[in-house]
Amino acid sequence: MPANFSHFLSVLGQGAGVTVELTVGGIIVATIDAFLCGIILSRSRLRILRFVVRVYVEGWRGSSELVQLFWVSLAAPTLIGFKLVPLWAGILVIGLNIGAYGSEIVRGALNAVPREQREGAVALSLGPWQQLRKVLLPQAVVEMIPPFNTLFIQLIQATALASLINVSDITYQGKQILEPIASQGQFTLILTIMLVMYLILSLILTGIMRLAELAAARWAGRPPRPVPLRLWARPAAPSAGVGGPS
Amino acid sequence: MTGWDWGVASAAFPLMLKGLAVTAEATVLGSCLAFVLGLILTLLRLSRVPVLAQVTWAFVEFVRDTPLLVQLYFVFFSFPVTLGIKMSPLMTGVVTLGVHYAAYTSDTYRAGIQAIPRGQWEAARALSLPRHRVWLSVVLPQAIRRSVPSLGNYLISMFKDTPILLTVGVLEMVGQAEQAGAANYSYVEPFTIAGFLFLVLSYPSSILVRRLERYVGPR
Amino acid sequence: MSDPGNAPVAAPVGTDEKITFSKVAKRFGPKVVLQDLDLNVKVGERVTLIGPSGSGKTTILRLLMGLEQVTSGTIRVDGEYFSHMERRGKLVPASEKHLRLARRRIGMVFQQYNLFPNMTVLRNITEAPVRVLGKSRADAEARARELLAMVGLEDCEGHRPHQLSGGMQQRVAIARALAMQPEVLLLDEVTAALDPELIGGVLNVLREIAATTDITMLIVTHEMRFAQDISDRVLMFDGGQVVEEAAPGKLFSDPDHERTRQFLSAVLEKT
Ligand SMILES: Nc1ncnc2c1ncn2[C@@H]1O[C@H](COP(=O)(O)OP(=O)(O)OP(=O)(O)O)[C@@H](O)[C@H]1O
Ligand SMILES: [Mg+2]
Repeated sequence: MPANFSHFLSVLGQGAGVTVELTVGGIIVATIDAFLCGIILSRSRLRILRFVVRVYVEGWRGSSELVQLFWVSLAAPTLIGFKLVPLWAGILVIGLNIGAYGSEIVRGALNAVPREQREGAVALSLGPWQQLRKVLLPQAVVEMIPPFNTLFIQLIQATALASLINVSDITYQGKQILEPIASQGQFTLILTIMLVMYLILSLILTGIMRLAELAAARWAGRPPRPVPLRLWARPAAPSAGVGGPS
Repeated sequence: MTGWDWGVASAAFPLMLKGLAVTAEATVLGSCLAFVLGLILTLLRLSRVPVLAQVTWAFVEFVRDTPLLVQLYFVFFSFPVTLGIKMSPLMTGVVTLGVHYAAYTSDTYRAGIQAIPRGQWEAARALSLPRHRVWLSVVLPQAIRRSVPSLGNYLISMFKDTPILLTVGVLEMVGQAEQAGAANYSYVEPFTIAGFLFLVLSYPSSILVRRLERYVGPR
Repeated sequence: MSDPGNAPVAAPVGTDEKITFSKVAKRFGPKVVLQDLDLNVKVGERVTLIGPSGSGKTTILRLLMGLEQVTSGTIRVDGEYFSHMERRGKLVPASEKHLRLARRRIGMVFQQYNLFPNMTVLRNITEAPVRVLGKSRADAEARARELLAMVGLEDCEGHRPHQLSGGMQQRVAIARALAMQPEVLLLDEVTAALDPELIGGVLNVLREIAATTDITMLIVTHEMRFAQDISDRVLMFDGGQVVEEAAPGKLFSDPDHERTRQFLSAVLEKT
């Protein structure tokens, strides 16, 4: 087996495909979860529903992501007698964990829409769903995108944990496939390639989010934030709504 | 085998508490490193030394854009070879967590420094305080005070990240849980307990941090 | 919640009464804003509320728009309960659903316009008729264009609110309220946020509406000339109660109460 640079690259490249799947799947799950929970937390008039969702969100946020992954892949099968494919388990757990953080972003942004806008909608007799759909969301989404960018970058990083439940992503390919056959010096090279691959994915994601922000600004009917020199420029500090990396 | 077995649970629990002590050790040491190193990174970034500031910026961005787990592997497998630095698994974990989180805390400090009103700088200058005095007596105390809640949040996040240390052989809480699970052929109890312990410890802490937020005022 | 003291069975309402406040009280925590307020407005009547800042004028309009709830007492519109509803023979506070239906008769123009920045001018006007009244988009747009022409903004239908001046935004807001064909129009200091040279245009639009429609209007304003021109009746508020009410000619030139006189001279001083 040729243990050289191009071989490393191709093995890790296969993993990159899986990492992208984890990322895209996770982002979809997280976004749906975040909007569902965030909208309920911000807008539902049912106290009990808000309470249940609050408990659900705090449960996901309060516990360790790796434990959640292990629980779903190792503990759940004996409980329910059914084992999720590792990839799906990874997408689900990472998506729901990140989604719980995202729900705070959604809730915060909805609550930050000026009260006058809500009252303007009420005075026109728009129903709750129409208020949300036509007035609140269009104005709130643009505010959500920078913190979601930070959050999704954390999601990319979290996908590496899926390697520990045997999802063959970049980290798995490097650690489980290549490490046993590589010399110590070669493994440093492999790890460096892995880090660079993750970096590139993060930069691509940030570029996409920047474009999304421009579209959302148009949707919100406001002049776009001035384009920074670097496409990948994102807010310096993680937003207060996000509890840091997970 | 299905359901919950109290026998397994009670066998695993003491081991996991032992692991929790290691988890706590890693979290405390890692946070101390993150809090100090983060401040140093901030000052390097704000220093007007041309290359140094940019290199620090690039380093921070790089650390924030790459996974903690891979960084851990790098420190564990590559530092001994490339830098000749060989550390115990626990120290490897502490260093990785500390450096990773320093990239985040450095942004917190920076935001705290930038939030200091212009008037404070001008007042300090009007008193003709020397530069290092302005920083030590006026700027940093205020900036750090404002940063405390955010640092608290990072401490909680780091606590929840410590389980990855099991991949380099640190027997922290989840590592203990895994071993107990393997020994008893049941993972339900140990992992449920582990998840629950994380929740029970981190949720009250995060409420405490929220209190602090109100106490130190808006950032 | 059906405490009879909370919602007294009020006197029957005459057929020409559009709005009836019966013993309305409104408190925010310990702060009493309205106390035992009785207020009637007849169909098609134009009533102006004046009074010092904090006297509760805005609160009255917000109660009538269902943006606040009464602490006690009742509000009726066309003799039907607005603040409350009847359930199993008892009067209970209105549900959100009840309010949503009841609100359709009422339109409001806000001091800060409250246009939706995410919609064009035309959309701002047509959205509610389409979504709430179920009009076809074509009908709603045709009507919106008529209204825009009336407020002198026929060329602006494709603009976003932030591209317009304050006066133009407020005129769009007026058109938006009218598009819902309200029977009652609430105007809360609609010129207070405008630069002086933009005020006249907005007031002229309102004069025009007053002259050409029979919409019942409840107006809060500090523009005394305008109030005199437009209103049938002026109410002077202070301390959560009506101090004095009279036809504008009488109240502005020869008020009965010292408090009214003080207030008027203070307001006229400013302008
Ligand atoms: N949501 C609220 N919570 C607490 N207090 C309120 C609230 N809304 C109004 N108030 C208080 O109620 C009082 C009456 O307010 P209101 O806005 O009705 O006065 P106003 O007559 O419209 O005054 P202005 O001429 O300044 O607009 C004020 O003292 C105000 O502080
Ligand atoms: Mg007012």
